[in-house]
Amino acid sequence: MTTLANNIILRGQGLRRYFPVRRGFLQRVMGWIKAVDGVDLKIPAARTLGLVGESGCGKSTLARLILKLDEPNEGTILYRDRDITHLSREEMKPYRRKMQIIFQDPYGSLNPRMTAGHTIEEGLRTIGLKDRDQRRRRVAELLEKVGMPAWAADRYPHEFSGGQRQRVGIARALSVEPELIICDEPVSALDVSIQAQILNLLRGLQRDLGLSYLFISHDLNVVEYMSEVVYDKHLNPYSDALFASMPVPDPAVKRIWQPLAGDVPSPFNPPPGCKFQNRCPLVEDRCRAAEIPLYQANGDHLVRCWKVLGR
Amino acid sequence: MSHADRNITGTPEALAVPARRARLQESWILLRRNRLALAGMVIFLLFFAVAVAGMFLTTGTSPALDPNLVRLQEKLRPPLSRANLNSLRPEEVPKSGVYLLGTDELGRDVFARMLQGAWVSLTVGFVAVGIAVVIGVVLGGLAGYFGRGPITVAGVLAVLLLGGAAVAAGTLPGSLRVLGVVVAVALAGVLVLLRRRRPGGLPSFLGLQILTVDMLITGLIDIMLCFPSFFLILTVVALLPASIYNIMVVIGITSWMGAARFVRAEFLSLREQDFVTAATALGVSDLRIIFRHMVPNAMAPVLVSATIGIAGAILAEAGLSFLGFGVPPPHATWGNILSDGKNYLFDAPWLTYIPGCAILVVVLSFNLFGEGLRDILNPKLRERH
Ligand SMILES: Nc1ncnc2c1ncn2[C@@H]1O[C@H](COP(=O)(O)OP(=O)(O)OP(=O)(O)O)[C@@H](O)[C@H]1O
Ligand code: SF4
Ligand SMILES: [Mg+2]
Repeated sequence: MTTLANNIILRGQGLRRYFPVRRGFLQRVMGWIKAVDGVDLKIPAARTLGLVGESGCGKSTLARLILKLDEPNEGTILYRDRDITHLSREEMKPYRRKMQIIFQDPYGSLNPRMTAGHTIEEGLRTIGLKDRDQRRRRVAELLEKVGMPAWAADRYPHEFSGGQRQRVGIARALSVEPELIICDEPVSALDVSIQAQILNLLRGLQRDLGLSYLFISHDLNVVEYMSEVVYDKHLNPYSDALFASMPVPDPAVKRIWQPLAGDVPSPFNPPPGCKFQNRCPLVEDRCRAAEIPLYQANGDHLVRCWKVLGR
Repeated sequence: MSHADRNITGTPEALAVPARRARLQESWILLRRNRLALAGMVIFLLFFAVAVAGMFLTTGTSPALDPNLVRLQEKLRPPLSRANLNSLRPEEVPKSGVYLLGTDELGRDVFARMLQGAWVSLTVGFVAVGIAVVIGVVLGGLAGYFGRGPITVAGVLAVLLLGGAAVAAGTLPGSLRVLGVVVAVALAGVLVLLRRRRPGGLPSFLGLQILTVDMLITGLIDIMLCFPSFFLILTVVALLPASIYNIMVVIGITSWMGAARFVRAEFLSLREQDFVTAATALGVSDLRIIFRHMVPNAMAPVLVSATIGIAGAILAEAGLSFLGFGVPPPHATWGNILSDGKNYLFDAPWLTYIPGCAILVVVLSFNLFGEGLRDILNPKLRERH
């Protein structure tokens, strides 16, 4: 493992996204859901940044912020050192084709009334491929690239299996020739055997096309497999606990069983300090006091934890 | 890392595409199971065929069946009675020689009149519902897609100015009219353009948000729903010259609320779907997202409510004609045949029962078919098969 490459394709600084919680007759704002609360990240070019976190901790919201599908309340997003945080729709256009997304749910991610071919063609149209025959040919190429036969272009989503739909979704993302793909739990909804195929496909594409990935998952095994760099929540005592509770494929490796206890903190007005304070076995007073700075530990692993900082 | 590089394409899983089963075929299987809906559809198609045939048979210079030919000597003949050849001039004799459904108080052929009325019902039903669906889809779509968009003081002023221009066009005399319209439209245009280009260059109160698009449209829907729609139609029709086109338009613009609500609800949920997010991320335009991704997926409930709406429109037209506010005589509609016939309820009951039953059967069949469609188009039901 190398240290963080200087070549950063996307940088997020102090990103925050709060959703107001409205209650009552007048819909007054009663509080805030802090879905994304002060995230800094750097996605290295042609490599993978892994992002791990439990369900509901704001991973998808972060993905939407990065893609500019949603505006952060605070913070900046730099694409290759250009600030794109407040670009208008029109100004954003050239950046749209640079960043794409792959979704978790293979059922919701494809329009049920469009054939796979038409779905993929949408991207080709937005990059200005006017000629119909050219588009059809490109669709066949893209399908082949994701391991699908050309005739799949005329099929509707309900005719595909989950893994096949994911492949069509990947082909759609590739249609605009992006540099960065945000994979929002792309294999969480799939069978284990098919997960491996899709992960291999993604790695192969990365190698062939020089793609950068932000790889989101709640499965540490998957993220380990995909990434050189793992963001946050690693290397602190909490993630040791997560690793410990993870099934170990190799029986020769022994891990001390360290069950997770305590509650996931509510994203609705969360307590200050470390997000793992309720569950961390090593929690101390200062963990509950203030924000903890991001610290680069052990090469590429980024951590927010007093224990690592103070080592 | 090396083991990862194997097996990128042509995996066995990727090749196994299940056998194709056409959507239409699947729908047909579901429809066949639902007997009532199937019966509804058959009657729906029959009615369609009869109405179209009726239009051809009853119009033109010398129609095969003349709905307006008066034969006073043959009045109130019961159904299936033969024409009395002795008392009629040759051109007055019906082509079949039989009054299939009898004659009315003026000796007009009820069969011919029913055919003409079927065409009226069909066109009123479809055109009125067409108008309602277009209004409903546009307003519901706006509310669902741009719902959070603010309506500012500037926007309201622009609309008022355009409204003023319309009034000026209608009332002011000659050259003043042109001036008024040009000034109002220009002001509105300047307001909108300036706010788009240089929001800082205008007084800030213009940017104050009054409402959101969604609040405005849902408010309008609620207001429209407050009026009992038949009386609303009756009021408007009473103020307008009686004509079949006015009836269609009035029924249409008073019955779009259901479609608008359905479309709004569908759009709200579709907007959050991943495939719409993906299209946005690809940079697909708003218009294309609306018409290629959202409308096709939002149409199922609209189709259902439209089918049931046709029944409602047919009933509304019949009701209006029955009350004498509908299509003006001598044009026959089921409503005015019924209305004329009620005076002879005991002497010539067929004049009441025939149009009455026709209305009942057609309205019922549209309702049953609409409800069957709802079941068929329900994706949850579909997945079970
Ligand atoms: N548009 C929104 N309005 C209000 N709250 C929202 C909105 N989007 C997300 N949230 C809230 O923000 C939090 C984070 O949601 P998010 O979908 O980003 O989580 P996630 O980490 O992707 O979860 P999962 O692993 O289940 O996909 C959740 O509590 C969610 O309820
Ligand atoms: S900061 Fe404190 S509570 Fe958080 S992981 Fe580290 S030791 Fe545990
Ligand atoms: Mg998510």
